[in-house]
Amino acid sequence: MSKMFVTATVNGDSAEFLCDPGATLLDVLRDTMGLTGTKEGCGSGDCGACTVMLDGEMVCSCLVLAAETEGRQVSTIEAVAEGSDLHPVQRQFLEHGALQCGFCTPGFIVASKALLDHNPNPSESEVRYWLAGNLCRCTGYDKIVRAVLDAAAEMRQERIPA
Amino acid sequence: MNAPLPTRTYRHVGTRPVRPDGLEKVTGKAIYGTDFVAPGMIHGAMLRSPHPHARIRSIDTKKAEALPGVKAVVTGADFPTMASLEVAMGESSGNIKHVSRNCMAHEKVLYEGQPVAAIAATSLRIAEEAARLIVVDYEVLPHVLDIDSAFAPGAPLLHDDIFTKGLNPPPDQPSNSPLRFQIGGGDPEAALAAATHRVSGRFSTQPVHQGYIEPHACVASWNADGQAQIWCSSQGQFSIRSVTAGVLGISHADIRVYPLEIGGGFGGKTIVYLEPVAMLLSRKSGRPVRMAMSRSEVFRASGPAPGSVVDIEMGAMADGTISGVVMEFKYLGGAFPGADVHPGAMSALAHYVVPDNRIIGWEVMCNMPSTHAYRAPGAPQATFAVESCIDELAQILGLDPIDMRIKNAARPGDKSAMGTTLGEIGYVECLEAAKAHPHWSAPLGPNQGRGVGGGTWGNYGGPSTATVSLAEDGSVLVTTGSPDIGGSRASMAIMAAETLQVHYEKIRVTIADTSSIGYSMVTGGSRTTFATGKAVVEACEQIITDLRERAAAMWNVDLDQTEWRNGAVVCRATDKVLTMGDIAAKAGFAKGPIAAESSINAQGYLPGFGVHICDTEVDPETGNVTVVRYTAVQDVGTAIHPDYVEGQMQGGAVQGIGWALNEGYVFDKSGKMDNPGFLDYRMPVCSDMPMIDTVMVEKPNPAHPYGVKGVGEVPIVPPLAAVANAVSRATGMRMRHLPMTPDKIWAQLQGQKG
Repeated sequence: MSKMFVTATVNGDSAEFLCDPGATLLDVLRDTMGLTGTKEGCGSGDCGACTVMLDGEMVCSCLVLAAETEGRQVSTIEAVAEGSDLHPVQRQFLEHGALQCGFCTPGFIVASKALLDHNPNPSESEVRYWLAGNLCRCTGYDKIVRAVLDAAAEMRQERIPA
Repeated sequence: MNAPLPTRTYRHVGTRPVRPDGLEKVTGKAIYGTDFVAPGMIHGAMLRSPHPHARIRSIDTKKAEALPGVKAVVTGADFPTMASLEVAMGESSGNIKHVSRNCMAHEKVLYEGQPVAAIAATSLRIAEEAARLIVVDYEVLPHVLDIDSAFAPGAPLLHDDIFTKGLNPPPDQPSNSPLRFQIGGGDPEAALAAATHRVSGRFSTQPVHQGYIEPHACVASWNADGQAQIWCSSQGQFSIRSVTAGVLGISHADIRVYPLEIGGGFGGKTIVYLEPVAMLLSRKSGRPVRMAMSRSEVFRASGPAPGSVVDIEMGAMADGTISGVVMEFKYLGGAFPGADVHPGAMSALAHYVVPDNRIIGWEVMCNMPSTHAYRAPGAPQATFAVESCIDELAQILGLDPIDMRIKNAARPGDKSAMGTTLGEIGYVECLEAAKAHPHWSAPLGPNQGRGVGGGTWGNYGGPSTATVSLAEDGSVLVTTGSPDIGGSRASMAIMAAETLQVHYEKIRVTIADTSSIGYSMVTGGSRTTFATGKAVVEACEQIITDLRERAAAMWNVDLDQTEWRNGAVVCRATDKVLTMGDIAAKAGFAKGPIAAESSINAQGYLPGFGVHICDTEVDPETGNVTVVRYTAVQDVGTAIHPDYVEGQMQGGAVQGIGWALNEGYVFDKSGKMDNPGFLDYRMPVCSDMPMIDTVMVEKPNPAHPYGVKGVGEVPIVPPLAAVANAVSRATGMRMRHLPMTPDKIWAQLQGQKG
């Protein structure tokens, strides 16, 4: 089976890779590029641990063929912080203890950032429904929801001009 | 909020600093099971049985071996044969022969999904293709998947060498029941006869999965000289080492197990599934081999918790005193023994004083994956029946269900089910805190009901090793052998900071591989903060003594002229100070490096208790149940890092809610699991849940330097009954069968309408 040659933009950098036609974006991110922050929990789009942004839309990277990313922008957990500066969602996850094992955390953070990019002032219910595609088995979601609401509040504060 | 205040004040204990491993986990840098890559690594895949019960006539691997890229093929024939050999393996002691058969079937397959062969190849795709080329000739046998069928005369027999233990006289025929266990005392029949009211019934629950999001994975590299390395995520690297060595018949010291970050376990990652197979593939191929399960493999071949059927009768006097209990439960285990009947029986009534009781537990095996520990293993199923009966009796007697529990609650000084005297336990305080909580008296809306449930778990201590050393600048390195599954690095650092009286950030915590630190039991049994924490504190105390001795020598004064104050040695006579940095800088020229080790068998652990309040709303049109409000109260001893204690309470509660409402294994007629994915095995998602309010009742354990009791498992014990009692009160129908899925509730509502 011949490989496909794909050119995409991953975390702001141009990325060229060869992949099997059946390889998923998740396979390429993890196995070809070594970006293992994106996790595989199910491989069927049910757990959200592999959540990444594709052209600004939240997707399960296990449900995207790597070849489909030709010419497109992919952004992963590794690009959520700007250099060493954590995103408010990441900081609030730490402040609230919103992770226990931490395995689902990258997916939750990418999804939460996507929510706040769309909706700077979500209600608790909006947070809960937005994150309904991300499974966490450790926390019972309470501290995750609080962390996202506090990150939203923090980001709204930042937007107020001095 | 309503908790009694702890009697001691601390600088660090009870604070909520950012966990030391936090940044790596929110940025995607942390290395979990499938993230690790070894140079030259190849990929393993498993061929699994399509039948729930079959005899293997032959396995032909020739075509698979001939496929380009295939480097090794392994079947049961490659495993050492050995007589039964008991090894310590986590929370349940296992039989090494059964562990071996569970890793790879030999003569029979006992569940759909049991491995029958494994392949290592240069890519996972080739390994999977090779698996399809292996030809297995099966003689399909009849299977059993429920308790009644497994017990029936002439039932298909899983093992011909397992005879029921605990029967008198011992049986002369093998059966599907490896164990009958009985405890109790007094005259329960007479007590029941004398009761003002009696309730009885049959309760049932389905097998449920631990549901960790990270599938099992490992990399093994076994060299021709016999020495091996394994990188894997687990609840205990030492357990992985000993069980893998046991299955392969090699020396423990020949395997070095490196613990990777663990993506959830809840008891289910105390078990060895992949490591011996990866080891054999590595030995044959001469390459490091990665094996990782898919989600479907996790469901079909890793440990669920047992299903249950509980027959119970409970009697009470008019004042609410529980006069007697008789219960007989059967736990539906899987292909091999290990369904946690003992802890179920020991926990069922342990939070009450009921002298006249009899509890009989049976373990039953069937053709599903072998059941394994799941958070307070064995306790939730039996407790569900007990706590439901108390609710029903309270309704009949017109009593507040919390008052009825307070009347019967076990208190310090009472006798435990084991006959020992109970120590500083806090069940009554939890019940009182629950009663005082605004939730208990809040008004309910239409179609809503409020339930309460209590429960207990024994917790554990046991063997742990910790080392503490000072770097040359006096900063502190704490090393343990206990995997951090939910913030234990933070609690170790807090306890070390408290003992040494230094800043939390001055302490760095490492979880070492099996060759770099002494033995520690698994992270399980709610033991790590208690037992490993105790070892860390003891090692810190050794460091303090050592530093005082060094300072005394430097000042030429007696040891008792020195004291430890604010992380430094102070000379009482002169007020001179030597900091940890001062002494550490000179250590190489004086007495030598500064390091201490504590290897202990931690004793004095105490059981924990919980009380959960749940409000549910039942949709009369669909039968759907929504949890609208939830409060968890727990006796936590001392909360070292309250965020992570609350997190345990919240996470355990939500797992219990899933058990009560949605989760369960479903098998088709051919014995295959019908719902081996997160779409159909429906765990709670964020939009299903309300906030989970928590009340930490702090009643310190005198046997731990900071009062730790262990908090991880208790919170999954009360929710099954708390939710079912809430639905029972919302609908006016007693809910005895879990999960309470909408179709079941709707059918019951239709029946009620008449």
